[in-house]
Amino acid sequence: MKKADIVLNGILKENPALRLVLGTCPTLAVTTLAMNGLGMGLSATFVLIFSGIAISALRNVIPSKVRLPAYITIIATFVTILMLLVRAYLPALNSSLGVYLPLIVVNCIILGRAEMFASKNKVFDSALDGLGMGLGFTLTLVLMGTIREILGNGSIFGLNLHLPIPPMIVFITPPGGFFVFGILMAAAAYLDLRKNRKKEAVNTEPASAEISSKEDVTA
Amino acid sequence: MTAAKLASIFFSMILVNNYVLVKFLGICSFLGVSKKMDSASGMGLAVTAVMALATAVTWPLQQLLELWHLESFQTIVFILVIAILVQLLELVLRKYVPPLYSALGIYLPLITTNCAVLGVTILNIDEGYNFLESMICSVGAGLGFLLAMVLFSIVRRSVERARPPKSFQDLPITLISAAIVALCFTGFGGLVENIFGA
Repeated sequence: MKKADIVLNGILKENPALRLVLGTCPTLAVTTLAMNGLGMGLSATFVLIFSGIAISALRNVIPSKVRLPAYITIIATFVTILMLLVRAYLPALNSSLGVYLPLIVVNCIILGRAEMFASKNKVFDSALDGLGMGLGFTLTLVLMGTIREILGNGSIFGLNLHLPIPPMIVFITPPGGFFVFGILMAAAAYLDLRKNRKKEAVNTEPASAEISSKEDVTA
Repeated sequence: MTAAKLASIFFSMILVNNYVLVKFLGICSFLGVSKKMDSASGMGLAVTAVMALATAVTWPLQQLLELWHLESFQTIVFILVIAILVQLLELVLRKYVPPLYSALGIYLPLITTNCAVLGVTILNIDEGYNFLESMICSVGAGLGFLLAMVLFSIVRRSVERARPPKSFQDLPITLISAAIVALCFTGFGGLVENIFGA
């Protein structure tokens, strides 16, 4: 695999939140504002990169029977470092992320990539995989945060947009989080279906494919 | 203060601050094992048990950490305690209560990475609860998780029968129905405060 492919893989093909459906808790919880989504995404990226490097470097040393506790300890170490850094330099982010910052430890994306990628690949590739997965996660979080902030608060990254419609508060409450995430996942599935259908359409009749894709749009 | 405050913590953890539907903790298992009623209730019970056990161990440990000025190690210590507890619980159940083990066994390994468990232990400390309040809070959080799981498994049974557009199949439609269930729970906001005056 080429180095650039490893990074792109995490952003598009295996986007952790939308395609692998990992790390749903922070995706839903902190995305009431775009800024929080960005902060959470970058925090997770930091942990992903460094735990990927450490686990990959130790992959021949850690016995496979105790690998999960070992991975969790490594991840918890980097989360602790991150928490100390954020508390010291970004106190505002610390208070807006609250308990979700230590909860990065149990974010399934990080343990999942440790098990699926870092434990089998070289150090540099694992760092790149962490970067790609982290950026993919960050993009999804910022997207969710932007949609919810515009609809629910009438602003974007804290800037008031002066929209002609009043903000719909429901979008920054928990139900809005589930709803926006559901719609985004449906959109990802729709794009995927359309791509597959185009491939099939080349082999079979193109007319039927067009009709069914129109049905999806109206629905 | 005591009885009213304890009752207020307990019921607000179940209804107002429901971990799954309001605080978004434990969503992975909420979406993963809520397809059937019996597995949903099994997972809910297992999570409640681990939450109560984990709090009973982590709360005293936090006092030790504070005594030695090691608060920064809270996250590492707590997650390791939870991982060890889950392993022990699995061993004990397998040895002494085989029927319960066969019912809950498959869910136990999943609980280590359930953020609701680590979440409740950390939030108890953040809220400054004493030991009794922490225990009430974790049992309430567990029962709230159980309630959300069971309710949602019933909703999901009807959703499975529906035929949504292709791109909405499986998870998207599940998430949107979760949004509606969560919307119902926002109706409980302020309820507990008004009853117990806390």
